Amino acid sequence: MESSVTIPPVPKDRPPLPGAGSNKGAVEGSGTWALSDRIGLAICWGLGLLFCALAIAIVVYLFIQGIKFLRPSMLVTPAAGGFTQTETGGFSDAFIGTLMVAAMGIAIALPVGVATAVWLVEYGRPAALARITESTIEAIAGIPSIVLALFGTVIFSSTALAFLSRSTEGVVFGRSFFAAAAMLSLVALPLIVASTREGLNAIPRHVREASYAVGKTKAATTRRILLPTAKPQIATGAMLGLGRIIGDTAIILVLLGATQNFTPVEGAPFPFNFLRGAGTTLTNFVYEASPTGNLNQPEKAYAAAFVLLLMVLILNAAVDIVHRRARKVGTWSS
Amino acid sequence: VEEELTPEYGPKWSDKRVELMLGALVCGLVGLLLAMIVTVFVRAWPSFAHNGLAWFGPGGNVDDQLNEIFLSGQAGAEYIYTFHAWPLIWSTILITGGAVLISLFCALFVAVFIVEFAPEWMSNILQPVVRFLASVPSVIYGLLGVLILVPLIGNHLVSEPQKASVAGIISLTGYSLLAAVLVLTMMIAPLMVSIFTDGLRSVKPGWLEGSLALGVNRWRTTWKIGVRSARPAIVAGTVLAVARAIGEAVMLAMISGSVGFAPNPADGLIFIYEPSRPLAPTIVKNIDQLTSKPGNATLFSIAAVLLFSAAFFSLTGYVARRSMRKYGSA
Repeated sequence: MESSVTIPPVPKDRPPLPGAGSNKGAVEGSGTWALSDRIGLAICWGLGLLFCALAIAIVVYLFIQGIKFLRPSMLVTPAAGGFTQTETGGFSDAFIGTLMVAAMGIAIALPVGVATAVWLVEYGRPAALARITESTIEAIAGIPSIVLALFGTVIFSSTALAFLSRSTEGVVFGRSFFAAAAMLSLVALPLIVASTREGLNAIPRHVREASYAVGKTKAATTRRILLPTAKPQIATGAMLGLGRIIGDTAIILVLLGATQNFTPVEGAPFPFNFLRGAGTTLTNFVYEASPTGNLNQPEKAYAAAFVLLLMVLILNAAVDIVHRRARKVGTWSS
Repeated sequence: VEEELTPEYGPKWSDKRVELMLGALVCGLVGLLLAMIVTVFVRAWPSFAHNGLAWFGPGGNVDDQLNEIFLSGQAGAEYIYTFHAWPLIWSTILITGGAVLISLFCALFVAVFIVEFAPEWMSNILQPVVRFLASVPSVIYGLLGVLILVPLIGNHLVSEPQKASVAGIISLTGYSLLAAVLVLTMMIAPLMVSIFTDGLRSVKPGWLEGSLALGVNRWRTTWKIGVRSARPAIVAGTVLAVARAIGEAVMLAMISGSVGFAPNPADGLIFIYEPSRPLAPTIVKNIDQLTSKPGNATLFSIAAVLLFSAAFFSLTGYVARRSMRKYGSA
């Protein structure tokens, strides 16, 4: 939209007559408005600029603090006990833990989410089940993650699932990367479903009909034509979900354990000893290292928060790039 | 030949089977949600059964009650369940309500600005900014709150006489209602902005043009026609933001003050400096007590209240958004 809206005071060269903007195509300026309307517009500008200022302040402040306190060695040394901030090591375990949780969570959420969306858009029978599923996804999106976490403790400390975490003398610990990732996948699920549905709905009907007409089954059409076409939206959903997973703290706090190091389970083969054990992530580290946490090392908290923010910024940029590329390719001409 | 080229189109992946498999998965999801609701309420039952409606009422010091519950669980003698959660509920209402009111105001103006009045370069900046603010992890907001906002309030905004006036009851250190409300506002306002802008964009242009053609200026057209016909989106965004705010645990555990105290508006303006602790952070702070039986029941009873209210609000938002489709949006 070509807009010539300005904040009051009005520039002098503007004609003060109604229907301001002598050039064709220009939008009506605010020069002719009543004072109350102009005050409203000023509030709009003020709040808009405030939002920008807040975002810039957060990024700049964390960059400054991050560059001041982050040492490359922190990313490779695990946390250690100590009295001063120089003795306590870094947060390599937290960093790797975040990557592990993100990979595992999205590995569960992506197939389930895409399959749910495919069912909703392409099949969706009986209609009652489709409606129930839709509200289930909405409800999962609305459930506080702390409640999901508590539910996770019930599931994963049942003896049937003891092989997913540590157990001593029949009492199942219930805290492990498996447990945390499984519950975190529920946090990412609604975003993936919503985004994939949007992608599938955007494909016009005749594309499907053309595929059926050459004798392809519905399953083959979905796999060979619909899902590849909806790939940008699926990727967007996955990245949004990833952002939620790495940003979540409550589930990690409850289901991954109150420790700052990996605590592998002895006797299990290689990847599983870590995955069954407790651990930590960057969000958990920031929480514990903040003045209200148990470690109270604000400098390290800033450094870890900086790394976390970088991850979020990269994900945001990736979403933007995917969006832009998808738009460049163009949509279906229906 | 065809089978060789396309083995996955064979009977193994027939439509019927695929539909059944996907249907089973979907049923599994629905079942999981039902299982979650049932589990949480079953686990919470001892606490509700023991307290009845008094669970929601005031009475006694809630922190002492929690302590006794946890101690009785360790002692193993007779379990104590007495729990009157009013200070926690009141704190949740104050913090959520305050944050939602402020962000409703801000988000409405910003959304109108993005859709209608901002020059193109400005809305091109604002949209990524809003998306970024929505994606910052809550723990980072909490950290910034603890290290910047809380000391600012504690050292500069609250005066010494004010601190002295409530010295015997509560100490004002900056961990306060005000800090919690401000940071929570920053967290939920972007969410509201993005839903509001969707709603405003889908208003039929003809309605707006009709108003403009009658000589109504753009500002009034936007508010009288645009915002009014986007009402379902505004309700939906607000309600979803409420659900998000109620469930926010970690950030509030960091800056709300973590005292089971009900800030009293009758104290005058000073009550916004008073610390408190909403429901969700109470779970986070006492998560170690999950292993004791009465502690477990009490924490799950809090979770049940959160689950119920969050589900209620997000379903309301869902219904509101469905009714939006009826208005012929997009």
